[in-house]
Amino acid sequence: MKTLSRIYNGLIFTFLYAPIVVLIVYSFNDSRNRVKWGGFTLDWYKELFQNELIIESLVLTLQIAVLASVIATVIGTMAALGMYSMNGRLRNVFMGVNNIPMVNPEIVTGISMMLMFVAIGSVIPALKPGFLALLLAHVTFCIPYVVLQVMPKLRQMNKHQYEAALDLGCRPVPAFFKVVLPEIMPGVITGALMAFTMSLDDFVISYFNGGSTAQNLSVTIYSMTKKPITPEINALSTLMFGTVLLLLIVVNIRQVHDLNKQKERSKAR
Amino acid sequence: MKSRAAATPFGLWMGIFTVVPMAIVLWFAFTDANGTFTLANIARIWQYAGTYVDSIWMGAVATLICLVLAYPVALSISRKAEHMQRTMVMIVMLPMWMNFLLRTYAWMTLLEDQGLLNQFLRWIGLPAMHLINTDAAVVLGMVYNFLPFMILPLYSVMAKLDNRIIEAAQDLGSNGFQVFRRVILPLSAPGIVSGVTMVFVPAVSTFVISKLLGGSKYMMIGDVIESMFVGDGCDYNVGAALSLVLMVLMLVCMSLMRKVDNGEDELGGMMA
Repeated sequence: MKTLSRIYNGLIFTFLYAPIVVLIVYSFNDSRNRVKWGGFTLDWYKELFQNELIIESLVLTLQIAVLASVIATVIGTMAALGMYSMNGRLRNVFMGVNNIPMVNPEIVTGISMMLMFVAIGSVIPALKPGFLALLLAHVTFCIPYVVLQVMPKLRQMNKHQYEAALDLGCRPVPAFFKVVLPEIMPGVITGALMAFTMSLDDFVISYFNGGSTAQNLSVTIYSMTKKPITPEINALSTLMFGTVLLLLIVVNIRQVHDLNKQKERSKAR
Repeated sequence: MKSRAAATPFGLWMGIFTVVPMAIVLWFAFTDANGTFTLANIARIWQYAGTYVDSIWMGAVATLICLVLAYPVALSISRKAEHMQRTMVMIVMLPMWMNFLLRTYAWMTLLEDQGLLNQFLRWIGLPAMHLINTDAAVVLGMVYNFLPFMILPLYSVMAKLDNRIIEAAQDLGSNGFQVFRRVILPLSAPGIVSGVTMVFVPAVSTFVISKLLGGSKYMMIGDVIESMFVGDGCDYNVGAALSLVLMVLMLVCMSLMRKVDNGEDELGGMMA
């Protein structure tokens, strides 16, 4: 039974990784042909970095992801805080609104905002589908992830701590920063990270709201897949996969390191 | 804490950027190009009834395959030692971090008529198959892209499942299948519901996977909607009506799912 489950897991993991391995191997392929192997080369990496369209959209993607995740984290954390102190019915209304972008098909969210930006854009040209519209759209679909990460942390928190801080003469706003925020910080950080990755990876909503002026990386990749042969995509995939892998390994090592430290400390006591 | 006001920016933001756009979709769906009220857009949807059925069918097939493939993986991960669980969850999540379009693009390379899969088939002496631009390729693309979205919610529910309950069932004489049917399956139902939701909605409404792996013909409802908003021959009003119907269909499917889940809970309660 154990070997059977091991073989099965192995097959599933092969299924998940085989296409990625193929992309990586072919990024070093010295042939324009997608299928034949023509020897080892780094030419596609060179071409990738000379491809202005890709570099520009990479910069735009990062700008949007940083801005959107910061704004979404502030609004989302405040929202979680507000909803936490609401009564049941009002909170349900707010949670319902929060769920709209999560349960709606992405394409519907995308086109609904596009229709609005097209309509407003005829009056205020800056809000036509483009950079600003893209940013606003990204903030909108990022906020719910932050709310959903922060809410449980607020519920787990001992609310008497905050009351104690007030009783001891702390004003509400400093009390929030000194007492509440440190408690919910793990949720805030996870929420911010989720928002950041969602924004980085988004295609559908960006496709409809970026217009022709603000193409993020996903949209650029989409337009590249329409051309017959573009081996730069393989090189790009390899670099992105390598970056993510490296990041995850670093995060993982740090977590394990922290855990060990905690254990040592509790032992020392 | 009395800090309800902190939710004001959220209320305003979500009001402007989700509620208002939804109202605009409604408005477009029920008006013509001049802005006068009409039911013509909704009437035109019958023309696409087949496409809706096909999309829901393909999404449902992909979701079912995901569930069947993911369940054993999630279960076996959840029964492993803690550090092993962390590593395996990482392995499942890692492909999700790779851009969605790149992952789908990879399958184009694999499934082509002269692609690697067909080369492999020929190499082991089997006849080549026509894979790209078929329904099967689209379903495969969906399964590949959304499989982690099924594994992870299943795993997170199963990880909380107390081993002692399983042991108790075994002690009381249940065989392997009974333990699964009467204990593990009912207790993992919430994971199934959230996994199915996370796979089904994006699968039914996709237009990228069908475009890249299914060829240029309009196969899925997502492709039709996209064509109504981008490029020549776009028609925002019909597109809005199509989106509206898609949204309502998905909501109905989801609430049915929830009902089934709650029903099972009640059943479980009765059995206990």
